[in-house]
Amino acid sequence: MSVRFGLLSLFAEGPKYGYQLRIEFEARTRGTWPVNVGQVYTTLERLERDALVAAAGTNADGRTMYAITDAGRAALDEWFRTPVAGTDRPRNELAIKLLMAATTSGVDVTEVVQRQRTESMRLMRDYNTLRRAADEDDDVAGVLLLDSLVFALEGEVRWLDHVEAVVLRRGGRLTTPPRAGRAVRPAAQRAAERSAQ
Amino acid sequence: MSGRPILSFMGASRAFRSGETMVQALDNVTLQVAAGELVAVMGPSGSGKSTLLAIGGGLDTPTSGRVEVEGIALGGLSPAALARLRRDRIGYVFQDFNLVSGLTAAENVALPRELAGAPVRTARREALAALAEVGLPGEADRFPDQLSGGQQQRVAVARALIGERRLLLADEPTGALDSATGQSILDLLRSRVDAGAAGVLVTHEARFASWADRIVFLRDGRLVDTTGGRDRPEELLVS
Repeated sequence: MSVRFGLLSLFAEGPKYGYQLRIEFEARTRGTWPVNVGQVYTTLERLERDALVAAAGTNADGRTMYAITDAGRAALDEWFRTPVAGTDRPRNELAIKLLMAATTSGVDVTEVVQRQRTESMRLMRDYNTLRRAADEDDDVAGVLLLDSLVFALEGEVRWLDHVEAVVLRRGGRLTTPPRAGRAVRPAAQRAAERSAQ
Repeated sequence: MSGRPILSFMGASRAFRSGETMVQALDNVTLQVAAGELVAVMGPSGSGKSTLLAIGGGLDTPTSGRVEVEGIALGGLSPAALARLRRDRIGYVFQDFNLVSGLTAAENVALPRELAGAPVRTARREALAALAEVGLPGEADRFPDQLSGGQQQRVAVARALIGERRLLLADEPTGALDSATGQSILDLLRSRVDAGAAGVLVTHEARFASWADRIVFLRDGRLVDTTGGRDRPEELLVS
């Protein structure tokens, strides 16, 4: 996802000027997604070029104001209604690290898991502290953002527990590394090949 | 946050005989829980979590090492004195609430005070105050089966912390509750601890453990890890 729709959504409340977008974007995302001024103005130019926003006069300070157009509202509505696809997500560094650890000789996978779990739990605990503070301030957006971070870490820790259990059951190693030049076929594909024979 | 120690394990071990072999359920655990502190205990099943809680609550005895509640060594007490200490100073919260079905919410909460010899009226007054503190001022005369799971667990927390009790031992208290209700119970435990109790929370759910001040991790009866927080968590959100 680009900053594009994040900024466009800010116009739903009313006309804005460029710098205001940056401040409001960072405030709404609680600083988790910093954007620089150049990025904001470039994005704003493109939104205007694509007729999703249009200039709407100047404010009392002489700043050019922009307002969302009907096309902009339709595009925003479409964005909200389109689920995030798996391919939009970044590669999972942790998953890659654990797969490498499990298939590299001499690596104590359970220790890698334990260290990661400690770090993930510490992070989760800290997010929770912030969440409680946001809850006390009645900051709903802040609570939901922190909930999202906590739930993501919860999934990570559950997966780490699972990795540990699988590794322990197999006596410390997941598999031997696949031989070079030979792609690993998915289990479903292998099953289909077997049943075709 | 760290006040005087309420619960201390000093090199506590617990071994069980299983046929010809001895199983070390708890192995030389040293841990302190202070007033105003919530400690979460995590670990795979069979790692010793429940044994730790049972020993801390005086329901089981270590085979070696020492356990103290508010400075009193549990090992030196007669069975009667231990029972009195458990009743007066330690509150338990379980996954399945453990309320007496034939008693109202207020009667359930008042029960430990009445058993301790408090006059019925005094016990009821304390129970009503405890129910108000857990957000159930209007449910005092309802029976457990007239309450939701979350409300029943609130009653259990009120009962656990009535009177002079300062030690709250919770064994999977959110296990039977949906996610949002579970969260509200953690919120409640947290606020009771912030008000001065010491809490130990056994849970396999990382999200609920993250409400604790410290998270300790058990494996094969040993304490393998302790996770505290950073001093300034707000820095996390500034990249």
